[in-house]
Amino acid sequence: MTDAEVAVSRVFREEAGRLIGSLVGRVGDFDLAEELVQDAIVEALEHWPVTGVPANPGGWLLLTARRKALDRVRRSARLAEKLRLIAASEAPLEESDDRLRLIFTCCHPALAREAQVALTLRAVAGLTTAEIAHAFLAQESAVAQRIVRAKRKIVSAGVAYRVPAPAELAERLDEVLAVLYLMFNEGYLASSGPAPTRPRLAEDAEWLCGLLVNQMPREPEPLGLLALTRLNRARARARLDAQGGLVLLQDQDRSLWDGAMIAEAGALIERAALMRRPGPYQLEAAIAAVHAESPSWAATDWCEIAGLYGLLLRHRDTAVVRLNLAIALSHVEGPERSLGLLDELSDALDGYHLFHATRGDLLHRLGRQEEARSAHRRALELTANPAERSLLVRKLVF
Amino acid sequence: MKYMLMFTSDGDGMDSGPPEAVQAMYAKVGEWWSTHSASGALLDGHQLQPASTATTVDPRTGVVTDGPFLESKESIGGYGIVEAPDLDTVIAMARTWPASAHVEIRPIVEQPGM
Repeated sequence: MTDAEVAVSRVFREEAGRLIGSLVGRVGDFDLAEELVQDAIVEALEHWPVTGVPANPGGWLLLTARRKALDRVRRSARLAEKLRLIAASEAPLEESDDRLRLIFTCCHPALAREAQVALTLRAVAGLTTAEIAHAFLAQESAVAQRIVRAKRKIVSAGVAYRVPAPAELAERLDEVLAVLYLMFNEGYLASSGPAPTRPRLAEDAEWLCGLLVNQMPREPEPLGLLALTRLNRARARARLDAQGGLVLLQDQDRSLWDGAMIAEAGALIERAALMRRPGPYQLEAAIAAVHAESPSWAATDWCEIAGLYGLLLRHRDTAVVRLNLAIALSHVEGPERSLGLLDELSDALDGYHLFHATRGDLLHRLGRQEEARSAHRRALELTANPAERSLLVRKLVF
Repeated sequence: MKYMLMFTSDGDGMDSGPPEAVQAMYAKVGEWWSTHSASGALLDGHQLQPASTATTVDPRTGVVTDGPFLESKESIGGYGIVEAPDLDTVIAMARTWPASAHVEIRPIVEQPGM
């Protein structure tokens, strides 16, 4: 890719959700909004190599999308009304409410869960199909088809573009939280691309989560997710070394952690706990808080963490939660039994790099170095994140 | 937008069960029907005779067979044509349907001549 192409793809990822959200807000038509944004991207690819990337690339793209709408008015009578709405609008990008409405629309229960998540990541967060496929350990073509079908259904089945009414709001929150959680994880540790983290995406997820908290102050789970994102971000400065390499939790300089942010997260967890409706996000936040409040790696309360993972399993019995429980237990009971627990998960998690990385670490602790190296090699094959790759390479070298 | 609501029924449909229960359910269905007709949302619709009365024709071969085109435990026991601003409105309507196991909602292709 040329520099201009790299710049365009970065801008596209950052701005596509805002642009599409804003345009869908005006015309209620996903495909049309996406087409106009794509048209604008194509034009950017033609011009930016010559003129340079403009100072406000999002604004440039919106202006171009509006001009493309005007061009199309002349060609299509059917779409004329919608396109006029876009072309005539002078308003700047006001993405906040548009994005929230877009999320609730993408997470409509008439869509399959996988489609909800994929569509939100595509339309709101601007992830590429390949990135979504990686986050879900799924085939890229299957994800692409899921998105196309979901968009078609939204239009032809008349899924309303709005934040649901109070009576439906709680019911539709679970899907939205799952999407924001995945979005945050992708920003916190990018699955591909040159940068190991995508702080903007993680901040977007946290910001949207804050918006949810404001709109639903009596729901504890958005508070739990907000606390979780904040706790992870509080450790951000200690997670990467000067070369951009990933620093494991056990090796992090805890004096770099943001104590104020950790305290804020603790207050959010307490506020949620007072509602006496525990849920998976509150439990995950509680686990992160045990780590964040521990003065050192050696002082980590692994019994507490294993107990919390046991509770989490009741809400969310997945192979990844079982993997994390096995890791916690390895610090309580030693690596032997955890390695056995991992064997039971090998079918479900064979495509997940952290499964093999964990296996490698347990084997290493048991002194089975040859097997440890082969597990780490397998993990290396499965991740595209540069910081994770360099960490795995270091393990293979030493 | 226009939608078709397809009401499924098991076996003998709405007429199975003790007579009082069947009667009570018909009363509820009648109430549902008049509420949504009066609001203008329900444009048309009918209960169908049981699936055992169905005849299926294959236009490619001209073959006529006894029974519905899909053999399953559930079959379409009736339908309604609904006019609504969006899917959420129809989902809310379908959730209050008092009679059958499932209600399938299908948007109608609105083109003149079809």
